[in-house]
Amino acid sequence: MPSTRDIRRRIKSVKNTAQITKAMQMVAAAKMRKAQQAALVGRPYADLMNAILAEAGPRIASFKHPLMEIRDVKKRAIIVVSSDRGLCGGLNSNLFREVAKLDKNTTVYITAGRKASQFVARTKRQLVAEFTYKDAPTFAEARAISKFAQDLFLKNEADAVDILYTKFVSTLVQQPKTIPFLPVGKIQAVTAGVNAPEQELQSAGVRTDSFEFEPDEKSVLSELLPHSLNFQMHQILLEAKASEQSARMVAMKNATDNAKQLIKDLTLEYNKLRQANITKELLEITTAQMAVG
Amino acid sequence: MATIKLEIVTPEAKTYSDDVDMVTLTGIEGEMGILPQHMPLMTQLVAGEIIAKKGAENIFLAVGDGFVQITGEKISILTDMAIRAENIDAAKAEEARQRAEARLAEKLGEEETATVQSSLLHALTQLKVKQRRHL
Repeated sequence: MPSTRDIRRRIKSVKNTAQITKAMQMVAAAKMRKAQQAALVGRPYADLMNAILAEAGPRIASFKHPLMEIRDVKKRAIIVVSSDRGLCGGLNSNLFREVAKLDKNTTVYITAGRKASQFVARTKRQLVAEFTYKDAPTFAEARAISKFAQDLFLKNEADAVDILYTKFVSTLVQQPKTIPFLPVGKIQAVTAGVNAPEQELQSAGVRTDSFEFEPDEKSVLSELLPHSLNFQMHQILLEAKASEQSARMVAMKNATDNAKQLIKDLTLEYNKLRQANITKELLEITTAQMAVG
Repeated sequence: MATIKLEIVTPEAKTYSDDVDMVTLTGIEGEMGILPQHMPLMTQLVAGEIIAKKGAENIFLAVGDGFVQITGEKISILTDMAIRAENIDAAKAEEARQRAEARLAEKLGEEETATVQSSLLHALTQLKVKQRRHL
């Protein structure tokens, strides 16, 4: 049976914990709004990029860009986008469960975010590069990752590159998702930001109606493809960030709620114990009086 | 008279979307004027000025590098910067230019150089467009 002092001490410590988780919840909520906003404003750009690729894609017949080359997949690279810090519920563990499903021997890993590189290193998987990205991912950070992946692909060190990240569905739901990045065989829609419906462009045969390229297909495409890949990477970083902040906010809210419940239970127990003590003392006093008198 | 839809989009916002009579822009092979029913064309956009003619009004915009796709009824422009001439803050652009030039003088990595150069280009383009309109 704990004494009243023990219970009081526990209540105090739980209260402190609640205060901290509450503060973290507030911070995450503010950051979440910003991250969701950032993922949203990229939407029109992504939509237009999709439209342009969809229009141009089927008309490109005479020219194959090296980034579009389809090879037998002997070695696969995967870009794992995780968070830098923990305390965000099941976000990272859900992601790593997907990582664990992949074949160790034929996959190499590129990581973005510290938790991913820790996981890959701990499970003795092959890590080829690790990148970081900040709370507000910049285009330059995305370009660095995307460029590295493209180089890897062009140097034949990987025959396909996928991205594994946490897709932002809503504040309460985030799901790990793998999407193909390279080769750009079927020109893939840029997954556009928050709540975007998943769309895949139909590359239905080669269209014959004319579409001029100025100066020519090759130079337009060799600018457009890397740019669209960089942009896709950027959009994914934004989305991963939005997921992370949402997950953290929800996790912290749960922690705060649990702490409050615990305080309530402990207070009840404390009061019961206090009352029992008083009753016991009274009883002792009256018994003593009766014995004397 | 037939019109053509002009749409200019940057990663931050949809800057411009309207039906216009004629558009003049700078492509990689030089300046070109686009009228409604233009043949389908795809090209790269060079940083510079876009003039959209709508009735008697001319709208001037400063744009960065990007891509242009033209179909008969629509011009889609994908660029990293687009700002209307009247919204350009010359003092701010001048300041950005000086800052960028100062950064370029330092030793930078490849990535940083690219970033600084593009912001320098943005500032220069804004200044150029501003000066041409308000001499």
